[in-house]
Amino acid sequence: MLRGLRAVAAKEIIHVRRDPAALAISILLPMVQLTIFGYALDTDVKHIRTAVYDLDHRPASQQFIQRLEATRYYKVVERVNSDQALRQAIVAGRAKVGVKLPPDYSEKLLRGESAQVLMLVDGSDSQVAFKAQTTAVFLATNMAIEKLSARGSVSVPIDVRPRVLFNPDMRSANFFVPGLVGLILQIVTTMLTALSIVREKEQGTLEQLLVTPVDKLALMLGKLAPYAVLGLFETSLVLYLMWAVFGVGINGSLLLLGALVPVFLFAGLGLGLMISTFAQTQAQAFQASFLIILPSVLLSGFVFPRESMPALIYPITTVIPVTYFLEILRGVILRGAGWPELWRQATLLLLLGAGILTIAVARFQKRLG
Amino acid sequence: MSFDVPDASIFGFLGPNGSGKSTVIRMLCGLLAPTSGEATLEGIDVVRHPDRVKPKIGYMSQQFSLYRDLTVEENLTFYGSVYGLSGERFATRKKAVMDVVGIAGQQSKRAGTLSGGWKQRLALACALIHEPQILFLDEPTAGIDPVARRSLWDLLFDLSAQGTTLFVTTHYMDEAERCTHIGYIYLARLIALGRPAELKARQDVTPPDTRRIELVTDQAPAALRILKGLPGVLSATFFGEALHLLTSESLDPDAIRSALDAAGMGVTNIREMSPNLEDVFVTLTQGLEQTGRA
Repeated sequence: MLRGLRAVAAKEIIHVRRDPAALAISILLPMVQLTIFGYALDTDVKHIRTAVYDLDHRPASQQFIQRLEATRYYKVVERVNSDQALRQAIVAGRAKVGVKLPPDYSEKLLRGESAQVLMLVDGSDSQVAFKAQTTAVFLATNMAIEKLSARGSVSVPIDVRPRVLFNPDMRSANFFVPGLVGLILQIVTTMLTALSIVREKEQGTLEQLLVTPVDKLALMLGKLAPYAVLGLFETSLVLYLMWAVFGVGINGSLLLLGALVPVFLFAGLGLGLMISTFAQTQAQAFQASFLIILPSVLLSGFVFPRESMPALIYPITTVIPVTYFLEILRGVILRGAGWPELWRQATLLLLLGAGILTIAVARFQKRLG
Repeated sequence: MSFDVPDASIFGFLGPNGSGKSTVIRMLCGLLAPTSGEATLEGIDVVRHPDRVKPKIGYMSQQFSLYRDLTVEENLTFYGSVYGLSGERFATRKKAVMDVVGIAGQQSKRAGTLSGGWKQRLALACALIHEPQILFLDEPTAGIDPVARRSLWDLLFDLSAQGTTLFVTTHYMDEAERCTHIGYIYLARLIALGRPAELKARQDVTPPDTRRIELVTDQAPAALRILKGLPGVLSATFFGEALHLLTSESLDPDAIRSALDAAGMGVTNIREMSPNLEDVFVTLTQGLEQTGRA
């Protein structure tokens, strides 16, 4: 049984060692991603550049502008003196938001009438537009309630007091970094295994190997094992850096996480194996890997929430292993979720991984004749 | 096609490019399942029990297919352990194959950095590590220099003398002449099978009413044109400085000499000859092409 397993695994480890460039890239890649997603990719919108056209010029209008800036979502970069100039500031990209306060702003407030403020929002960046809209409306509502309360006329009928759990500062690093573990594991297992198997095809060494009495299952396991170990090592590395650099600790059970990582590994290795049964050259394997990695990044909920995806795309997200692994990672790391909360995702991941691996192994065995 | 390869023979498997040589080898090695037919190696059915055949065969493919980033020793160790060798037995075998191919002293070189001849020797060493009874060699000497080629064949003769059966494909006629048995395939059909001497004596190669003549002249190209027009000359072709003719029995060699003399060309030597293997294969192939067209 499994004749040649140790020989193949030992040989594979030599390959990895002999190719320091590939090894360095597979270690460096997680570091670069960690930096990009942890620091650079900040989806929090702050200090939106704002142009102001104030026709009122009295304390009340000044106060509105100050309160706007005090939210820290806005930063006044320009004051203009015409409707056209206000529009032009947005067209030229100097400002994302234009605020126009009419000449009768203060008077209307004093008279107790409804004072109007015009807000132009650059919709070309949907994130900014959305944030500007909601914060401005929220600010105005707040100010209106304050004014009414000052007159002693009302108490607020419904008072929502949001409290953000698990990530009170709403830092995007907390959201991205745990997900990164899944992505890195996917890249290492899928891409490296696919490449290592296809390389043997390309160089004819696979044929030479198949003339020997090596067991086919042993051949496959022997080739996958070193990459599984490498994947586990990188997982630990990223989890450590997540805690050491970004201060994101694991709230839940490390044991549970440790038990579920290998489940995901099977899925990733299975995908790599699957690619190797289609690709004839390393270049093809590389492209095919991207075909799998791209949806894993974009459709798994890593960057964009799955809930907002169109009905046509949504089913695709359910057959991406990273989708479930991400939910597990974020659950365990951020929310301290345990087995009772995550058994569903874990089961689906296991089924998906088993399915992929079964098909891949069957195809692989058949291909080898 | 159907053929037997005697134990300890050197079986030369020849045929034009694309005629199916490699396919036959791959089927015999259990790499490819045949659509029909059967083959037994050492009494074992290849189609039904490829796994039982594999420990008994060695295979050296056309292109270098060992691990280039592994050293000579690591390649040997890898193949040794894949064949289930270990401990003392493995050490003995490793030393034995390294002595046979003379690669000792280069153990720590990466396989990819070896020259063509040494690569082939290493490939041979790896294919021999488990003492196979049958060794398949697919164009083992393609692309290596004549000296390396000669020494590789010396190795093959040694192996054959020790009882290993060799199954070799080649395009080199001088290598074919060295084989004890030959099979020639054309369009996936075996059209000649036997010892080299038997093939040369075949009647369809040199029919009873014809003879083969070798002729040396100082103006071979011009002579070839004249000879091709001479009645009774069935075919004429260059062979180095000489011309090889297939003539009908009735054409007197002296008539050929005088025909060339008349054209002012001196004939240095003219003699009757037996066909070489190239003549055999060319004649047989042309014969088939003509019947195919007819």
